[in-house]
Amino acid sequence: MTHQSASSAQPLSALPDARGRFGPYGGRFVPETLMRALVELEREYSAARSDPQFQRELDGLLSSFVGRPSPIYYARRLSEIAGGAQIWFKREDLNHTGAHKINNTLGQALLTLRMGKTRVIAETGAGQHGVATATACAHFGLPCVVYMGAEDVRRQRPNVFSMKLLGAEVRPVHSGSKTLRDAVNEALRDWMASVETTHYIIGSAIGPHPFPMMVRDFQSVIGKEARQQSLELWGRLPDVVVACVGGGSNAAGMFYPFIDDDEVRLVGVEAGGLSPRPGEHASPLTHGQPGVLHGSFSYVMQDEDGQTSPVHSVSAGLDYPGVGPEHAYWRDVGRVEYTECPDDKALSAFDLVAKTEGILPALESSHAIAKAMELAATLPKEKVVMVCLSGRGDKDAAEIARLRGEEY
Amino acid sequence: MSAIDDRFRELRDAGKKAFIPFVTAGDPSLQATAAVLETLARAGAAIAEVGIPYSDPIADGPVIQASYTRALDSGFRLQQLWPMIAGVQSRLGAMPLVSMVSYSIIQRLGSDQFLQQALEAGFSGAIVPDLLLEEGNQLREKCRQRDFSLIHLVTPTTPRERMLQIAQASTGFLYFVSVTGITGERDGLSAELLKQVEWLREQTDVPICVGFGISRPEHVRQLRDVADGVIVGSAIVRRLAESATPEEGVAKVGQLAGELIAALE
Ligand SMILES: Cc1ncc(COP(=O)(O)O)c(C=O)c1O
Repeated sequence: MTHQSASSAQPLSALPDARGRFGPYGGRFVPETLMRALVELEREYSAARSDPQFQRELDGLLSSFVGRPSPIYYARRLSEIAGGAQIWFKREDLNHTGAHKINNTLGQALLTLRMGKTRVIAETGAGQHGVATATACAHFGLPCVVYMGAEDVRRQRPNVFSMKLLGAEVRPVHSGSKTLRDAVNEALRDWMASVETTHYIIGSAIGPHPFPMMVRDFQSVIGKEARQQSLELWGRLPDVVVACVGGGSNAAGMFYPFIDDDEVRLVGVEAGGLSPRPGEHASPLTHGQPGVLHGSFSYVMQDEDGQTSPVHSVSAGLDYPGVGPEHAYWRDVGRVEYTECPDDKALSAFDLVAKTEGILPALESSHAIAKAMELAATLPKEKVVMVCLSGRGDKDAAEIARLRGEEY
Repeated sequence: MSAIDDRFRELRDAGKKAFIPFVTAGDPSLQATAAVLETLARAGAAIAEVGIPYSDPIADGPVIQASYTRALDSGFRLQQLWPMIAGVQSRLGAMPLVSMVSYSIIQRLGSDQFLQQALEAGFSGAIVPDLLLEEGNQLREKCRQRDFSLIHLVTPTTPRERMLQIAQASTGFLYFVSVTGITGERDGLSAELLKQVEWLREQTDVPICVGFGISRPEHVRQLRDVADGVIVGSAIVRRLAESATPEEGVAKVGQLAGELIAALE
């Protein structure tokens, strides 16, 4: 039986509905000022989606500029250590700019041009989305402003400098928790005033409709390739697919092409932080409840008054109190299992992958790898666990040195 | 009919325009908020907006954001707001109160619970800045059943046909946002704004009040001939924030209210 959305006989892949809803989740909870731009974006995206010229242009860039398709790679020594199933990596770390984020920013930058907008803004947590946006904007000659929490500016220095080298202006955000959530707030406020000339390239599968759908679609190149590569290599699909979940874009892109393949087990890994205690993790699907944040209805960490709660993760890209609405629905209908991985296990996985595979994984991706090793240990050798290695870890080297009290 | 509808009927009969101040609940304290509301009622405010602090207000500029953060940092809770509002009602004369509240808060409480508590405390309506017309059907129906005004917003980016739909759905009054942007004081009002408000005034009976950026008597004088009221937020919140004591803040706000109300006459 394929999983179906509760209210209709449609497969999960048919969502969202016309109102931008994944079951009860999603929608649009933003000020009226942004409505016209969202309607325009929805219209243009829908036209672009069925425009072969747009697709050709995007595919061309993904191949010649990003280096797609990204390979899948057998992590042999890591699999041996885990003991059990084979662990394979989908190598998004090998993309230009070092993470999956570029798949989305090129798509949205092309849309920016299509809509005749002349300026781009973005938020960033780890800095990967900021770098990917700055890169797309440099490529197309668009001015670019990136909002970044002051705490993240500190933990992700190398990316801050890269954005500047690429010609973007980085604006540190000092309000609230000084992390990704505050950067999104500030980008939305900029957009409130600049919406007539500016496109907001949101960095994850979050925000008001059509962003969650559009970002998922642009990121789905990950899962489409992985699916095809599996069929070519083994004549079958992987048994388990694992991805880390911050806002949920790499996971949505990895899972979506498998969503109607019920035999494939899908596992999303949130940031377990220091402990499951409030404020010490960033796992809304595991510990939160449905609520409204940043323009959509989804799971969120908030208190009984609806105030967003503080969250924590060692990795800046997962340090976010909300999550994309499609994940909320996949969770509720039981299609995807969501779990969490604590900071220390992610850091150990980082170390292990560096030393056994010769790959520095992003700290975000390290959460997924740690969970994949646990899952592999429970499965026989002929099974395949495929992990989305969403990015490279060079950006994290300085922060890891700091945590260990070592010289960088 | 809510107390807001009654208020606008009286104002229209008397040929007057509404001065609608905004204050953040709990900044610097709930007692201070009560004192400010009393002062505003005495100065002649038609209606007052009470901003319920929210952790992630995306429509607000630095002044109101900072006031929300201060209120939350000093422990603001909804369960303390309701008794303060209930307690101050008897000292506000005929000035109804409207809550300015993020949909995140309403959703979390549950709309029935929110409406019950707000009504019991004595609120006559709500402005929900992140609730679009399309997402508001259920809440609108619940408000209608309870004679609780649900005030919608239109902005300079709203197409004309949509403005008419929003005007039709809005109860109490219609909030006309003066700028494409966030709250905060501005130097001047655009000629285009005045034309848009004038156009809409011809199309609908719902009272139209203009807010965002209004802070000076000359803004008020420009608007009094086209709108039914003016909403003033950041200019008030800033005066409270810049005062050494709550008493000084209340006095400054009273003075500003007096000047702006005089400009409406
Ligand atoms: C390498 C990497 N992986 C994952 C994430 C988390 O984002 P998402 O959940 O949208 O994929 C980030 C975010 O910055 C990232 O840089």
